[in-house]
Amino acid sequence: MEKKSKLQILTNGFIKENPVLVLVIGTCPTLALSTQAINGIGMGLSVLFVLTCSNIFISALKKVIPDTVRIPCYIVVIAAFVTIVQLVISAFFPSLNDSLGVYIPLIVVNCIILGRAEMFANKNSVIDSALDGIGMGIGYTIALTLMGCIRELLGNGTLFGVTVTANVITPMTIMTMAPGGFLTFGVMIAIVNKITKGKVREKQQNKCLGCPGSAFCSEKEEGGEQ
Amino acid sequence: MSMIKIVLAAVITNNYVLAKFLGICPFLGVSKKLDNAMGMSIAVIIVMVLATAVTWPIQMLLLVPKGIGYMQTLVFILVIAALVQMIEIILKKYIPSLHKALGIYLPLITTNCAVLGVCVLNIDEGYTFVESLLNSFGSGVGFMLAMFLFAGVRSRIETNDYPESFKGVASTLVAAAILSLSFMGFSGMIDAIFG
Repeated sequence: MEKKSKLQILTNGFIKENPVLVLVIGTCPTLALSTQAINGIGMGLSVLFVLTCSNIFISALKKVIPDTVRIPCYIVVIAAFVTIVQLVISAFFPSLNDSLGVYIPLIVVNCIILGRAEMFANKNSVIDSALDGIGMGIGYTIALTLMGCIRELLGNGTLFGVTVTANVITPMTIMTMAPGGFLTFGVMIAIVNKITKGKVREKQQNKCLGCPGSAFCSEKEEGGEQ
Repeated sequence: MSMIKIVLAAVITNNYVLAKFLGICPFLGVSKKLDNAMGMSIAVIIVMVLATAVTWPIQMLLLVPKGIGYMQTLVFILVIAALVQMIEIILKKYIPSLHKALGIYLPLITTNCAVLGVCVLNIDEGYTFVESLLNSFGSGVGFMLAMFLFAGVRSRIETNDYPESFKGVASTLVAAAILSLSFMGFSGMIDAIFG
């Protein structure tokens, strides 16, 4: 892999390696929280914060953390930052806290964060890792908010809580429910495929890319017959 | 009666994968073959029940009385990671055949959000210890049901002819939407039966 400039590292996560639409990691909260655009922003920013802080921390500590127990160490670092986010949200944004609910503590096991720690932060300098965290976090926020907008508009006729089409077209409530989440996500990925002419599909195959079990996940999938 | 209700609700109406979106990664990743789906689901059921059996007392007897409830996330994830590691070691030593069948799925489960999710939700819902165990078991079975159904659906999709841009994850997600839609048909059923 050639050396990337700082700007490339930052913008990498926006579109080219968008964690949600291209790498397809961290799918659980994406599907669950994209019912409203505002949830998308709230969750996106929480992830952005945790990702950036944990990337910085892990990158700074990469020489101290022994290789064999690195995953538990990463988890502790990540869990600490998630707890901070949890406390801040419940103190200052109680309504957001209600709608994000259990998905805030679940940021700990979000593949994006552990994945970036494993793939990027433990190999690169502190500044690069911070930029990567910010870039990936923004990419995640964009994807989540976009999906939230689509589902809110179709399912509720509103956008960020403001009525847009609800008076003109009867909203399809199903879009804000579970099936709508799967459908919107599936169609969005198909559109990304169409635009990039299938170039990104190879990356999508590697679903939990960077998640600690991924090596073995894909191995198992390929050699399942053994 | 309420015990049966909890289990049934967790399996069908509140299915973790299709209604609550927990454990989507393995659902999309490991559901290609029926064998893998089965191994993964059994491992998930075992870990979910054991993790609840350990985390519920920790929360109620240790974290709450000491007033450090905010440590929940940190403690739970560490406990789950340690538990999974321990199960693996014990299985390897005493039941090697089971370890051979399930061993490869165990490390994947530490980072499975369904396991941490069920532990946290049990506390949030205010279930008692027994109810928590039942809910975890039901959720695990629900995960298994979704994996099984989906493995069947996927094997049929693979052989079909559909637009190029939908190949891969996209078609899987659309199929999941339809499956999830059919599960919505169950909503209200549990309440209708048990009142």
